[in-house]
Amino acid sequence: MTITVNDKQYDLPDDPRVSLLDFLRRDIGLTGTKKGCDHGQCGACTVLVGGMRINSCLTLAVMHDGDSVQTIEGIGTETDPSPLQRAFLEHDGYQCGYCTPGQICSATALLDEIANNWPSDASDDLEAAIDLTDEEIRERMSGNLCRCGAYVNIVAAIKAAAKEMAA
Amino acid sequence: MRPFDYQRAERLEHASQLTRPEGGRSIAGGTNLLDLMKLQVETPDTLVDISRLPMAGIEDTDDGGLRIGALASNTATAVHPRVKADYPVLARAILAGATQQLRNKATTGGNLCQRTRCYYFTQINQPCNKREPGSGCGAIDGIARIHAILGTSDQCIATYPGDMAVALAALDATVEIAGEGERTRRVPVRDFHCLPGDTPWRDNVLEDGEIITGVTLPAPVGGTQIYRKVRERSSYAFALVSVAAIVEMDGDLISRADLAFGGVAHKPWHDPRLSDHLVGSVPSAELFDKAADILLDTAQGYGENDFKIPLARRTLSAVLAHATGTKI
Amino acid sequence: MTAKLKQDEPDTRNILDTMKQGVIGKPIPRVEGLAKVTGTATYAAEYKIDGCLEGVMIQAPFAKGTVTAIDTDALLAMPGVVAVIEDPRQTARAAQGTANEAPVQEPMTVTYYGQPVALVVAETFEDARNAAAQAKLTYDIEQVGSFDPQDVEAEVQEDSATRQGDLAHAVKTAAHAIDTTIHTEGHASAAMEPHGSIAEWDGRNLTVYASLQMLNYNITELADSLDLEEDRVRLVSRYVGGGFGSKLGVSEDVVAASLAAMQLNRPVRVVMTRQQVFQTVMRRSESAQRFRFAADSEGTLSGFGHEARVSNLPQESFAEPVLQSSDFLYKGENRLLELEVARIHRMTAGSVRAPGEAIGMPALEIAMDMLAEKAGVDPVELRIRNIPDKHPANGKPFSSHKLEEALRQGAEAFGWDGANRAPRQTRDGEWWIGTGMASAARVHNVSKAQVRVVLAADGTARVETDMTDIGTGTYTILAQVVGEMLGLETDKVLVSLGDTAFPRGSGSGGSWGAASVGSAAFVACNAVRDALCEKAGINTDDAEFKDGRLNGGKTFSDILDGTEIDRTGEYEPGDISEDYVASGFGAFFAEVRVNRFTGETRVTRMLGAFGFGRVLNEKTARSQCLGGITWSIGAALTEALLFDPKDGHVVNQDLAEYHVPVCRDVPDCEVIMVDERDPAASPIQAKGIGELGMCGGAGAIANAIYNACGARVLTLPMTPDRVIAAMPD
Repeated sequence: MTITVNDKQYDLPDDPRVSLLDFLRRDIGLTGTKKGCDHGQCGACTVLVGGMRINSCLTLAVMHDGDSVQTIEGIGTETDPSPLQRAFLEHDGYQCGYCTPGQICSATALLDEIANNWPSDASDDLEAAIDLTDEEIRERMSGNLCRCGAYVNIVAAIKAAAKEMAA
Repeated sequence: MRPFDYQRAERLEHASQLTRPEGGRSIAGGTNLLDLMKLQVETPDTLVDISRLPMAGIEDTDDGGLRIGALASNTATAVHPRVKADYPVLARAILAGATQQLRNKATTGGNLCQRTRCYYFTQINQPCNKREPGSGCGAIDGIARIHAILGTSDQCIATYPGDMAVALAALDATVEIAGEGERTRRVPVRDFHCLPGDTPWRDNVLEDGEIITGVTLPAPVGGTQIYRKVRERSSYAFALVSVAAIVEMDGDLISRADLAFGGVAHKPWHDPRLSDHLVGSVPSAELFDKAADILLDTAQGYGENDFKIPLARRTLSAVLAHATGTKI
Repeated sequence: MTAKLKQDEPDTRNILDTMKQGVIGKPIPRVEGLAKVTGTATYAAEYKIDGCLEGVMIQAPFAKGTVTAIDTDALLAMPGVVAVIEDPRQTARAAQGTANEAPVQEPMTVTYYGQPVALVVAETFEDARNAAAQAKLTYDIEQVGSFDPQDVEAEVQEDSATRQGDLAHAVKTAAHAIDTTIHTEGHASAAMEPHGSIAEWDGRNLTVYASLQMLNYNITELADSLDLEEDRVRLVSRYVGGGFGSKLGVSEDVVAASLAAMQLNRPVRVVMTRQQVFQTVMRRSESAQRFRFAADSEGTLSGFGHEARVSNLPQESFAEPVLQSSDFLYKGENRLLELEVARIHRMTAGSVRAPGEAIGMPALEIAMDMLAEKAGVDPVELRIRNIPDKHPANGKPFSSHKLEEALRQGAEAFGWDGANRAPRQTRDGEWWIGTGMASAARVHNVSKAQVRVVLAADGTARVETDMTDIGTGTYTILAQVVGEMLGLETDKVLVSLGDTAFPRGSGSGGSWGAASVGSAAFVACNAVRDALCEKAGINTDDAEFKDGRLNGGKTFSDILDGTEIDRTGEYEPGDISEDYVASGFGAFFAEVRVNRFTGETRVTRMLGAFGFGRVLNEKTARSQCLGGITWSIGAALTEALLFDPKDGHVVNQDLAEYHVPVCRDVPDCEVIMVDERDPAASPIQAKGIGELGMCGGAGAIANAIYNACGARVLTLPMTPDRVIAAMPD
């Protein structure tokens, strides 16, 4: 039983109780993914599994045999940050930094979801093409709590990164 | 979490067999079960992973309806072209619930089985007849802000917390359930969840070893479809009150009014008297108010949640006014 | 060498403005930002330490009484369990901010539901958590009469009381009078990083990686708790995932992990579950606040009364200081300010972002809005009319006062229309639309602090202090202060924080960090400048430090010639704290939509204009203000701790049921920073920012709700049920 994380393969844990989050943080030392609540209520643990964002706290590592996971460490590095990571830096889309990896993983997926025209609660028309409006970003980022209150800057960062990536 | 035996089910019958003994539980998305296992509200001995069974499909049915596999994710359902086009109330309800991260994992079957958010149910040192039969109800004389106003009992005033099932109740969908051997049965969503009565530990009609395989929606009915969720935050919060409505007008008269309510009872609340009252009438503030009288004629508050009675009334009026294009 | 400055006089020289590097105040991105956005910043529980055991706290399932036994045999028989730590030194509560001594210990004596009583240590987190949940306690419960602060006796805090003139008479004879009581519910800090620690013991010395705000106090609190000499303890908090007051004092996990590591001679990690954070750290007290105003026909106050009741556990000295800004904000020669504390057995009440003003200011500003309506005066004008020219009770001068400017600039930018304030003027479908405003005020404090600045032989600088950066921007603003003073770009200044191996800073709390450690760095830099000039043989007064060169000539490196200059700066507020009333001031403007059916409220626009002295970094300062505004929205609409009436436990003990604002709750917000240098605030003319942004904002939202739909909601948060109940038909 193995799992691929950021293109590297690992054995899954023996104890089936280990969440994907604890597996990442403790078993393989990828502490960029954060534990904020451990109950799917804050989004700090957001990672991408098969390109889809999920709360890694609410899934067991053993259930991910053969899956491919991308964490913040796989999205970009200090020497080669992703456009979103650069935008968060420039727009101060964080303060304490604890929710930040989850925010950036979420935002990474969000841009794909909008490109795929997946509607949200903020979409007026379920079937129309989705515009990257502030309200769409806000609704879609509402699964990632930021207690420092960086939301205004997070929205600005996502808009700026999307613009850069489209250019 | 208590230690458990993890098994991956290879076939449906295998899963059914493994979950039949007491202490066997199936897991798919896990977003609710693992939450509760960490709190030791749920303490299965055997956890049966059904997530890889081939039940994620969404297909047309012969009668023009739609069958949603039990393992279809909430996201897959909400973004499905036919759901968006023909059953928008369902897409809207799903999108009003939880977050994209949770909807990506949560499944149709799991969401139907979602357990209550009652504060006393989730704290294992508090009395709760649902979690520990006979221990009492901490909510009735405690903090009952999020609790039920309809169909309660003196043993339990918990609510069913989900959104999707409220839309399914308005749509009169049917739950497909597989049991031992080849036996399957079909239960209308409106009858799937139980009221607490004297058996508050029972959330729904599933028996040990039974597994939900899918949900079927009847052929599309059109109309104006609305899911209105009143909550304390603008997103990522459970409903205080929600209304799923499918309303159609024939000239000046209401010709269809299928309504279901969330946040008010131990189950998605559907009261057939509402449709009887509304259909064939000209929409008006008085008509909506009378509908609320019918809906709430047995409603009972428990102090902290008294507000849900006027809130349900007002929300119903707002939804009906919107759906019928009536100025009130 | 330590250079010291005790500030007795205002410093009007504005030295930072005379420097040439041009980095101070600039909106540069955070110097530690890349580490945060790429996930490499290391928080307390994330240090990789071989052989680390995992501990989970066992808690009492009752509010008051004594645990007589824990069935440790059963626990030790469970898989993976290594030990059960029962130690009378384990702390039962978190320490209050700046306590500087051990908090309440002897954990078997229980005074609130969920109190930690012992620690299970196991090889894995899963085994520890499992065992802790199943621990069997034997206990004697003492009945508690009531958990409701309104039902019990309360003590008046005499030291904060003001009684002047005859308020009752003033109210009776006033042209316009207000007598109203406003309630606010308790809040949780809910920092995103749960409290957690890893303790390592080598047989003599203890190192603890912890999530704490004030290491300079925490080290004493921890050492005192353990009966260990302070020089044998080292605390490390390089990154802190938010604090908001909840990490001011040493928390229960820190002491528990330390005791376990010392007993077992192995490293031990203890991370609180989110539920434990809600149950065992700090709550902001609920409050009941009565306002009595007497005003003349123009709305000018002759009487000002603010009487409040808050609560706390027995033995706790902290009392949510809701009167703090009422003390000096508005006129009124007849004054009555009284705060009383009810003793109840809910968990410890302590500092949560902007203790006092966070709930005192919104309540005051709702009452002021009621007065504005009664007197028929534009609410902005009413505030301006009531700004006193000196402290209204003790007559002390203000160090600097930017309320009027903030009100005027804010009103202008927002497009405030104060002329027609009758409710229910605008409707869009189901939604009533309205606007409201409020003043902002938050007392300014500074504290003693030390910072070490080393100008290294290569001409770069190192800055070291045990000060923490909890997200406020300390790393960055220190790099800017030092860069400006020493003539270096910020990438030539390496700031190291959060380690008690460094000189004692001020700690992060009460918005005093930037002004305090910024001033200490300023003092150190002056000493470094003198030393370098001496080496170069010139007078410091004639020196220009820029781009690593002195007077555009020799580089620092050339002058240093292989040596380095190492100075510690110590700043301490002297007479300035006694001689002046120092405060940040500001104004909030809000636009809301209120659903006429459901009472749901959405903030659609919010603006804050604030004066907080010198801006050290425009970007991080703005972010602090935005954070405060976001908290204002939470306090206004969604945040309330709910307590069971039978046993006092927090019922909404997680982030699903305690509603901190989500992204969609927060509209685009505008921040105006009013230009100010406050010479009596600090030698760098800066004041605190982090808290000001929420001191009144919820009042602006409340007043906007009233303006939108006519619902005068007198209990915060203004959840849909409360709005509906207050809404006229």
